[in-house]
Amino acid sequence: MISLGIESTAWNFSIGVVSEKEIIALENEAYSPKEGGIHPREAAQHHSEVAGNVLNRIFKKISPDEMDVISFSQGPGMGPCLRIGATVARALALKLEKPLAGVNHCLAHVEIGRWLTGAEDPVTVYVSGGNSQIIARRGNRYRVFGETLDIGIGNAIDKFARYIGLPHPGGPRVEKLAEKGTRYIEMPYVVKGMDFSFSGIVTHAMKLFDEGCRSEDIAFSFQETAFAMLVEVTERAMAYLGKSECLLVGGVGANRRLQEMLRLMCHDRNASFHAPPIKYMGDNGAMIAYTGLLMAKHGVRTEIQESYVRPDFRIEEVEVPW
Amino acid sequence: MVKTILGGEAEVKIHDIFVEKIRTSKRYRVKELDDKLRKRRTVSEAKIISSARRSGVATPIILDVEGCRIVMERINGDAVRNVINREIAVKIGENVAKLHSAGIIHGDLTPMNMILKDGMIYFIDFGLAYYDERVEAKGVDIHVFYEALKADFDNWSELWDGFLEGYSQYEKFDEVIDRFREIEMRGRYVDKSENNH
Repeated sequence: MISLGIESTAWNFSIGVVSEKEIIALENEAYSPKEGGIHPREAAQHHSEVAGNVLNRIFKKISPDEMDVISFSQGPGMGPCLRIGATVARALALKLEKPLAGVNHCLAHVEIGRWLTGAEDPVTVYVSGGNSQIIARRGNRYRVFGETLDIGIGNAIDKFARYIGLPHPGGPRVEKLAEKGTRYIEMPYVVKGMDFSFSGIVTHAMKLFDEGCRSEDIAFSFQETAFAMLVEVTERAMAYLGKSECLLVGGVGANRRLQEMLRLMCHDRNASFHAPPIKYMGDNGAMIAYTGLLMAKHGVRTEIQESYVRPDFRIEEVEVPW
Repeated sequence: MVKTILGGEAEVKIHDIFVEKIRTSKRYRVKELDDKLRKRRTVSEAKIISSARRSGVATPIILDVEGCRIVMERINGDAVRNVINREIAVKIGENVAKLHSAGIIHGDLTPMNMILKDGMIYFIDFGLAYYDERVEAKGVDIHVFYEALKADFDNWSELWDGFLEGYSQYEKFDEVIDRFREIEMRGRYVDKSENNH
């Protein structure tokens, strides 16, 4: 079976094609704001401009006739962006007369992570711009055990990066700065039960910058505090559920310090740590294609009239038959 | 025989009549943060356990506190996680009402942190508890419990109803529930992305 998947929830317009055995093709066109953060309508405008070109590049590698299912990211995400991907998917499904699969974006991160790393039943740390969740499976659904009470870790880092004058995307630049940090400055460490909050760290980091602290030290302290919160909750979820695998996914998963911290935590509790290649950690079409393939194989399909986008689609809502 | 449990936040050694809770160092954290968190949480946990008892909630008695180690009475009973039903959920709600009346935010309300003994619910873990009189903190506190039920039990909605029945004894029940609903909405992607762009 071959599945084509379209990802367009936020910054990336991406199409991937996968079979049960491998990723056959992946083409991306990333949107990068000229200034400030991602604006949903501008991003959507970008996606609609590049969609045709990305699709052509895919169909140069594999014929449209070989597709068995057309998958698309149905949510969560920015409404205007989601609609571009959904529209392309519906058009393709109708033209090729193939079934449609509306995929939950968060679930897709988890499933491609499991597929590429071989993790079977992990506690997943899903960290991106808009999302920060600790996810684990219970029965035939994935559950969110902990999540941010305000903003995603990626947005938090980006806000700080913009404030100190670093261009988009801020994450890798803040990571570089943090490597040169030598002094830990205390930041608001906010863990409530299994949930956490990052906005206090952002405010505090901005204040420190205004006061003239070294930006290297601020970046270092920011990362150490925010990541420690994530790792703590992950460890508690693993202890509570008795799970011995940890999987890291989402764009912020590319951060080497976060990887290192999770790896140490896992090592100290005799658990294994898994992370897919960076290319498949952030938003990409291959993860949508793969999850759509799993759905199709288990007889789950989305009728056109039910294929409306769902900006607040929660992973818990999806029944997982595999 | 001593049984050691490697919890998420601390190592718990269960002896015959007492329990040792040791906040061991975490290698993944930078040392300054690690030391601060462990000491701060140990001291505050001991204080809050005593104050929770005074508010009428059953807790183990503290026998000793030293550095990052607390020694407390052992409660021999059933893990609430294994025996929870609607009736027990009502009792949990009543106890949380008492904590909130006393200004105590538990910080980690999950059935794993409670033991049923002689018909009483013992709250055994105050490792993440703190004092806060604000409605927001109380809303988040019960949201944690709500999420824990939803994540771990198929009959969560029945259990949650029971909890609310017990919690309705709290004088600020309506206010906290309104805030709880708002927090539930806030956790969603759509609100977050709109806030930030």
